[in-house]
Amino acid sequence: MNKIYVVGGIIIIVAIIGVIFLGNNTKAPKNQKESLTIKGSDTEVQLVSALAEAFSKENPGIDISVTGGGSGVGIASLINKEIDVANSSRKIEDSEISKAKENNIDVQQFILAIDGLSIIANPNNKIEKLSVDQISKIYKGEIKNWKDVGGTDKKIVLYGRQSTSGTYTFFRNFVVKDDYSPEMKNMEGSQAIVDAVKSDESAIGYVGVGYVKDDQGNVRNDIKILPVIGANDNAISPLDKEAVQRGEYPIMRQIFQYLAYLPNKDSIMDKFIRFETSEAGQKIIEKSGFYTLTNSDIQQNESLFEKIK
Amino acid sequence: MTLIKKQKRFSGYAPYFIFGTTAVLTVGILIGIFAFLFIIGIQAFSSIGFAEFFLNSDWNPNSFHTPSWGIISMVVGTLIVSLLSLIFAVPFGLAIAIYLAEIASPKIREILKPIIEMIASIPSVVLGFLGLLFLAPLVAKVFTLSNGLNALTASLLVAIASLPTIASISEDALSDVSSKFREASLALGATKWVTIKKIVIPAASSGLMAAIMLGLGRIIGETMIVLMVAGNTRAFPQSFLDSVRPMTANIAIEIKEVVTHSLHWQALFAIGLILFVITFIINFAADYFINKNKL
Repeated sequence: MNKIYVVGGIIIIVAIIGVIFLGNNTKAPKNQKESLTIKGSDTEVQLVSALAEAFSKENPGIDISVTGGGSGVGIASLINKEIDVANSSRKIEDSEISKAKENNIDVQQFILAIDGLSIIANPNNKIEKLSVDQISKIYKGEIKNWKDVGGTDKKIVLYGRQSTSGTYTFFRNFVVKDDYSPEMKNMEGSQAIVDAVKSDESAIGYVGVGYVKDDQGNVRNDIKILPVIGANDNAISPLDKEAVQRGEYPIMRQIFQYLAYLPNKDSIMDKFIRFETSEAGQKIIEKSGFYTLTNSDIQQNESLFEKIK
Repeated sequence: MTLIKKQKRFSGYAPYFIFGTTAVLTVGILIGIFAFLFIIGIQAFSSIGFAEFFLNSDWNPNSFHTPSWGIISMVVGTLIVSLLSLIFAVPFGLAIAIYLAEIASPKIREILKPIIEMIASIPSVVLGFLGLLFLAPLVAKVFTLSNGLNALTASLLVAIASLPTIASISEDALSDVSSKFREASLALGATKWVTIKKIVIPAASSGLMAAIMLGLGRIIGETMIVLMVAGNTRAFPQSFLDSVRPMTANIAIEIKEVVTHSLHWQALFAIGLILFVITFIINFAADYFINKNKL
């Protein structure tokens, strides 16, 4: 008699597991809806949250959720059909676009703002500037001591993001141009890098320019922003707005939003990205510490808007 | 008449059915998890060789050049953190248990035991946060390092997290030893300390072992604390003052960015499988040990 119950139990379990497995892949991309789910870059999360908040104030009843996790997380979620918009502080890779195409996702690129990626050190560090080549060698692990770049005799402690981060990938591809030293500490977020550099005298770190300012928009004084030597041997600070926008700051970059589909005209997504380019939106971008777009970027966005019908 | 009989039979068998189903369900879920891990994890080996996976010390799937898939550094990271945590947690846990079970008055025990068990209710993210704020700077100061994000800091915090498990279950094991044993020992002229050392602890040894093993399970599986304070470098750890990237932390970091069914995704499941196998072996070893030493 007991056997019957055991067999019955097994059948129930198999049925439950079967339902879980089969019920997995039925999610279809919902094209137009009353809410927006945005996920991705930690660099952008505070800025986009501020934009979403202001947008919701103007358009009550609309639900926009903004979460971080890293650009890689955002783009993976976009490909896995979990979200509407992926924030990304790096350009989407060709392999990711083709993976998205396999999942029938027509990814659209929107340029949100300009970022001057900032190299930060402890305020007690005597270094005044670094060249891109020095930064690269430091993060490759070829330069291991601050005295080799003109500082005191101290081992350099590297802080960086995790591989989920767009900043991690951008910095590796365009500044380090090699694998990071295995000694680099992989931090959970840009704020974690700022906090670590604050208390570590041997530290070097990299964060988006939005993170070197506090809530009020003032430049923090508990970390030191190292100017980077660019063209004409001028050391340029990422806080120099004109230099960053003119492209003179050597590690400036665009930060993006990738849309899972081309929105319908006057849909929420359409309204939201138009809001981001509006005067109110631009003001929020400026206040967050990032920089507004240059003309060529604006033209690229315009061609996206022209496609929206 | 038949109706009553049927009802009686049903109400008689209903508990069997519920308990039986629950028991089978638990086993079924365990087998299901293992099967799931195994089926997906094993697929990774069609592209990654066993030698690459188990002997290479560099894990860098998103490399600028060619990806590398070696898990040795992470396995060593997990082992260092686990071993150190045990070294901290076991003596403290046993000392607490012995004090509560043998020395403390019933009143003190009633107050202290729930307080110690309450440590278990501290979310590990809070422990990690406190660790970042207070313990890491302290460790940095004591060992004159520039920062305290290393295996030692992580182990100390993980030890705190596992302390209530070890202390509480050990205390139960010690309290379960029949008071006749103690009385006999004392009657023979042994002191209280000798009684504890020679009679109570050996008699409770299988329970104490189980407590340590459960604590170890908690330690190996701990993710949030190590993610926050262990530093997560890819380098092979040279000492316990180096940053480490335990297997759990690596899975937690990377699972968020991988595209489902990609090789990287499968490789993370393979790491999960290895982790599962390690805890499985520990549990088996514990079982063997416990049965061998039964009084």
